Amino acid sequence: MSWFISQANAQESPVVPAEDGHAPTEAAGTTVAHEGGEHGGTFPPFDPSTFPSQLFWLAIVFIALYLLMAKKVIPQIGGILEARAAKIAGDLVEAEKAKAETDAAIVSYEASLAAARNKANAIAHETRSKVAHEIDARRHAAEAQLAGKLADTEKHIADVKRIALEHVSTIATETTEAVVEALVGKVGRDEAAAAVAAVSVGKH
Amino acid sequence: MADVRTDPIHQFGIQKLVDINIDGYDVSFTNSSLFMVLTLAAIALVLLWGSSSRAVVPGRAQTVAELSYEFVANTLRTAAGEGGMRFMPLVFSLFMFVLTANIFGMVPYFFTVTSHIIVTAALALLVIFTVTIYGFYKNGTHFLKLFVPSGVPAAIVPLVTLIEIISFLSRPLSLAVRLFANMLAGHITLKVFAGFVVTLTSLGAFGFLGALLPLVMVVALTALEFLVAFLQAYVFTILTCMYLNDALHPGH
Repeated sequence: MSWFISQANAQESPVVPAEDGHAPTEAAGTTVAHEGGEHGGTFPPFDPSTFPSQLFWLAIVFIALYLLMAKKVIPQIGGILEARAAKIAGDLVEAEKAKAETDAAIVSYEASLAAARNKANAIAHETRSKVAHEIDARRHAAEAQLAGKLADTEKHIADVKRIALEHVSTIATETTEAVVEALVGKVGRDEAAAAVAAVSVGKH
Repeated sequence: MADVRTDPIHQFGIQKLVDINIDGYDVSFTNSSLFMVLTLAAIALVLLWGSSSRAVVPGRAQTVAELSYEFVANTLRTAAGEGGMRFMPLVFSLFMFVLTANIFGMVPYFFTVTSHIIVTAALALLVIFTVTIYGFYKNGTHFLKLFVPSGVPAAIVPLVTLIEIISFLSRPLSLAVRLFANMLAGHITLKVFAGFVVTLTSLGAFGFLGALLPLVMVVALTALEFLVAFLQAYVFTILTCMYLNDALHPGH
């Protein structure tokens, strides 16, 4: 979009040749030689007389641009991007490390929690078993004592019973002796005892 | 259409600003040269200023510089692989130059450097010579396998090779003409519609109303031309990358 400097198109409007400001008089012919595209002249992009100048300046500008890009801009921007990538990678590594530390802390916390729980369980268990043992021991002692007393008592009863029974047979013998003496006549104590024994054996 | 204000071709005219003559060649500093230098200055300003602070969290200018860099780097890496990164300065320079020149052309009264075929042709030839020379330097005669794709039946190899050669030779032409023609046509279209506005408004009330339509067109076309300005720079860049890929890996 450049109708720009060309208001001073000397061929078209020779009345205002000075408007250009750039060497309007010295080379009016050459200046305008390739801008007569409007009428009859060559179409500006296809005007070979401008080619050397365009190529020359394009070469200068493009080489300058290339050198600027290659030597300065690209290393600079590449450096920025690399530094950023390195920083991000470093931060990620750091975050990873922090996360690992957190995980380790959680693991150790859980381990100590579990250990404490185990210990508490052990203590409870130990206490319980100790108490149970004690109770058992006491109970056994009590039972033993009771059993002893029972045995003594049973023995005592047996003794009493045996003595009583002995007395019974003595009484029976004496009674038998007395009864038989009264009925039949005198019998020996031994005969009466044998008879009592025979009867009580047969009874039993 | 003699009126400078409505002449669509006038904008492409080249005026000498400083007469320079070297060895019989006219290498005067023209408006085209001026805008080439301005393009260079703008690129240098944005990229150097943008990357000078080297912040880890980028500011605006640095974001622009980094985005341009990464955009071109990704394009190049995708098209030509890691080995193509040695051409980063060339491809980046091409992209930045074409893009900035195209965008500059959208500013009223600015000259569009890329609307001249000699400029686009020079850039295209630079690409093709780089590809060809580097291709032969890197691969030797193996580079010629580019013209003989593998897996083609022997009977049609001559035909395919011919097509490949024509295709290779037409690359600089298409590269140059595509950019040149897009910029030229876009600017002519814009100027024609803008000229309608000027002409119609000078016809009184009716013309004033009639001028609304081309005015809307100009607005829409301006948006389109901004898109084209970027797109053509991108197309030029990605094609360069693909051609460089051929030089790096000629075996198809």
